[in-house]
Amino acid sequence: MRPQRGVRLLLGALPIVALLLLYLIASEARHADNPADKVLPTFSAMTQAIHGFTTDRDPASDRIVLVADTIASLYRLGIGLAIATGTALVLGLLLGVVPLARAILGPVIAVIAVIPPVAVLPILFIALGLDEASKIALIAIGIAPFMVRDLTSFTANLPAEQFAKAQTLGANSWQLAIRVALPQLMPRLIEALRLSMGPAWVFLIAAEAVASDVGLGYRIFLVRRYFAMDIILPYVAWISLLAIAADTLLLLVSRRGFPWAHGAGR
Amino acid sequence: MSALLELRNIWVEYGDKVVLERVGLQLAEGSFVGVVGPSGAGKSTFLRLILGQEAPTRGQVLLDGKPMRAECGPDRGVVFQRYSVFPHLTALRNVMFGIECAQAPFAARLFGSKRRSARDTAVEMLAAVGLEHSLHVYPAQMSGGMQQRLAIAQALVKHPRILLLDEPFGALDPGIRLDMHALITRLWQEHGLTIVMVTHDIGEAFKLGTRVLAFDKRRVDPQAPHRFGATVTYDLPLDRKSLPPAALIEALGGADFPQKDLA
Repeated sequence: MRPQRGVRLLLGALPIVALLLLYLIASEARHADNPADKVLPTFSAMTQAIHGFTTDRDPASDRIVLVADTIASLYRLGIGLAIATGTALVLGLLLGVVPLARAILGPVIAVIAVIPPVAVLPILFIALGLDEASKIALIAIGIAPFMVRDLTSFTANLPAEQFAKAQTLGANSWQLAIRVALPQLMPRLIEALRLSMGPAWVFLIAAEAVASDVGLGYRIFLVRRYFAMDIILPYVAWISLLAIAADTLLLLVSRRGFPWAHGAGR
Repeated sequence: MSALLELRNIWVEYGDKVVLERVGLQLAEGSFVGVVGPSGAGKSTFLRLILGQEAPTRGQVLLDGKPMRAECGPDRGVVFQRYSVFPHLTALRNVMFGIECAQAPFAARLFGSKRRSARDTAVEMLAAVGLEHSLHVYPAQMSGGMQQRLAIAQALVKHPRILLLDEPFGALDPGIRLDMHALITRLWQEHGLTIVMVTHDIGEAFKLGTRVLAFDKRRVDPQAPHRFGATVTYDLPLDRKSLPPAALIEALGGADFPQKDLA
């Protein structure tokens, strides 16, 4: 039985509403015990906190706090993801198409991939300083190896018949790479990027928590000192929203740009 | 008739495993050669050899009297059973691919009048295989028969000296397969093609071919079966009305080969 679209949305919303209700009940219960409870703030307290960080200005940049944090975090995330994506595209194509390159670079990438990225964060801070570079580098180093390996194996597993066919149609090695392998790689690249978004956020927030003066992760770890759950919870919700928006955007780009990879064309 | 392709005492070995031994034959221009044989008898190796995907361990392959290099080139077109078309291109772009590769070595894309003329050529070729109404359809939306039609059009646009077919209709329904037989026969006649077709279906080989080659092992060493390779055991010229000799059907496993297409 497959529910219709409207029913499906309603059914999907049910557990979320249930969780919110559960929170509401638990929060009320705690406040009945102790009106000064900070662990499960009421929705009105959170609304007040939201009002605070969407109108107060960050003294350093003179921007609204939430805006300053969001811009700083998305900047780091964006550059980190861009570097990782570019690296994955070039290396994935090269390693997938040229077995010699795979033999030389494959083991190095495999070794880098098993290093827990957060463990090298101190090295990055020492080598690159506490500024943006180290945070961006952590994101890039954290996700690029996975993406490179994924794209390499995808490219290497493209059917040999396709390459033979292209050669009988007069394609040279360059044309094989850019007309046969590259276009088929693109939707897979977006797919790998979507899967890497979760880890990328983890690395961003970890780097911001350790050394930063602005950013979504920085703010959460700053106000943690005051038990300010009324700020932390809306920030977490905001980060989730940003993550969902990014994922939806990538899926849309993939569907629009590569309809053949999504079952049907238009 | 001149010999378009000549194989001189070809051996193909992988390590100590001999796949083909002492294969020597000439293919005439304009012939339609059906290649049959049991699984593992080197039919596909034979095809890859002509395609240039594989080099002989010993012996020579001559195309138009000149030694052929062991790499795929535009003088030999190919249609595989699967993966013969590019899933990321529409039917039209699939057929234009060959023209684009030749005329735009770096960008592999054409613009302006060259693009229009490539498009016209491609549309004409698609019409010849009956796909004139599916120009902008992706392969994933096509049936197996349509995909094979597209693969044939894509290969023919390069005017190959030899068209190689590797079990091209093996995955198709019987009815569709008959349509494809009619199509390939028509294209073979209209374009004056030289075709080498590997098939499991002995009836298909005898129905379509002007010559049938059967591959099998002549000698078998029970202690080391891999030490003897397969070779051409039957080489039958046909007038396209001949029936397969009973001994050949017997040698190829008899009842496994449907003959209803011959009726």
